Amino acid sequence: MIKVRTKDLIERFDLELVAGKDGVHREIVTSDISRPGMEMAGYFTHYPKERLQLMGRTELMFLYDLQVDEIKDRMEKLCTDVTPGIVITRGLDVPKALIEAADHAGVPVMRSPYKTTRVISRLTNFLETKFAPSTALHGVLVDVYGVGVLITGKSGIGKSETALELVKRGHRLVADDNVEIRQEDYDTLIGNPPNLIEHLLEIRGLGIINVMTLFGAGAVRNYKRISLVVNLETWDEHKLYDRLGLDEDTMQIIDVHLPKATIPVRPGRNVSVIIEVAAMNFRLKRMGVNTAEEFSERLNSMIGDVDKKEIE
Amino acid sequence: MVEKELTVKMETGLQARPAAKFVQEANRFSADVFLEKEGKRVNAKSIMGVMSLAIGSNEVIKLQADGPDAQQALDSLVSFIEEE
Repeated sequence: MIKVRTKDLIERFDLELVAGKDGVHREIVTSDISRPGMEMAGYFTHYPKERLQLMGRTELMFLYDLQVDEIKDRMEKLCTDVTPGIVITRGLDVPKALIEAADHAGVPVMRSPYKTTRVISRLTNFLETKFAPSTALHGVLVDVYGVGVLITGKSGIGKSETALELVKRGHRLVADDNVEIRQEDYDTLIGNPPNLIEHLLEIRGLGIINVMTLFGAGAVRNYKRISLVVNLETWDEHKLYDRLGLDEDTMQIIDVHLPKATIPVRPGRNVSVIIEVAAMNFRLKRMGVNTAEEFSERLNSMIGDVDKKEIE
Repeated sequence: MVEKELTVKMETGLQARPAAKFVQEANRFSADVFLEKEGKRVNAKSIMGVMSLAIGSNEVIKLQADGPDAQQALDSLVSFIEEE
């Protein structure tokens, strides 16, 4: 897991460091953000000190109603040894007592010119992405007609070759062989390649090729939401493959269940065309057109009609 | 499933050529073999996977094998990493 430090926030959001510069290497351990309103009023019993603190106009204006020694005391309590930082929004003036307390405790105080709600949502998005649960899978991720298709299967089954053909047909490669996956939100999986092998594809007999220099910038993507899993496997005479498409098989990655299709591979079967169709059919289903179900209903009503005639 | 943690002895680490040899060796077995470094786990039969870990000299990695010839696969790969 990558560590997130306060200086990452300063760099990412171009914040102005006002005080406590000794603490810029402090680690942020949670994506939760606290607005210390109750604390300004003196209630520190449940102060979430390990969170990033955000002070907007409300919190700062409240201070002006307090006595000087009260302000000093609360600012000191706010700057604990684990607090990763305090962000002041709207470009407001930072109270002197806070600067002193922050310098003393080494808690970075940063300033942003933007509105509090805007800053909160930007910071939360950034931190949630950083803290998202992640994993790595053996497979190839391709963007086919806008659908992120993760191709899995044993080594040597032809995942990379299939990806190459898909790229040749105008689709985009995201990652070959090793896909880093993180879960954003409760239902979204984002896949990206490890930095080192970005844009590369390994084809047996050719070696490593660079898809971007060969096919152009339009042939690659740096990340893509994964919507569909296609598992390639050698054709097994005794295995029953889906012949109807009525039941949706799924595969779980982290906490998300993705629809999965198992495609048997054997010479003469054009796997990339099948994957293209799988992606288009996936889109069609999401738009409310389910061919298998429609056909099944038609069949059922036919059978029903025959039954009625027999009764008559 | 068998596994072993070991330190990479080869001076150059797993550069492209040694990595390719390593993967070739792993592919001789039918067992599933995995390689793990700093919590990142990849299929040891995949050249891109192994190279994406950028395994240097003196780094600690974990090898895992699962399948009928798992023990042989593990022994062979461990000696590959520890010897050269």
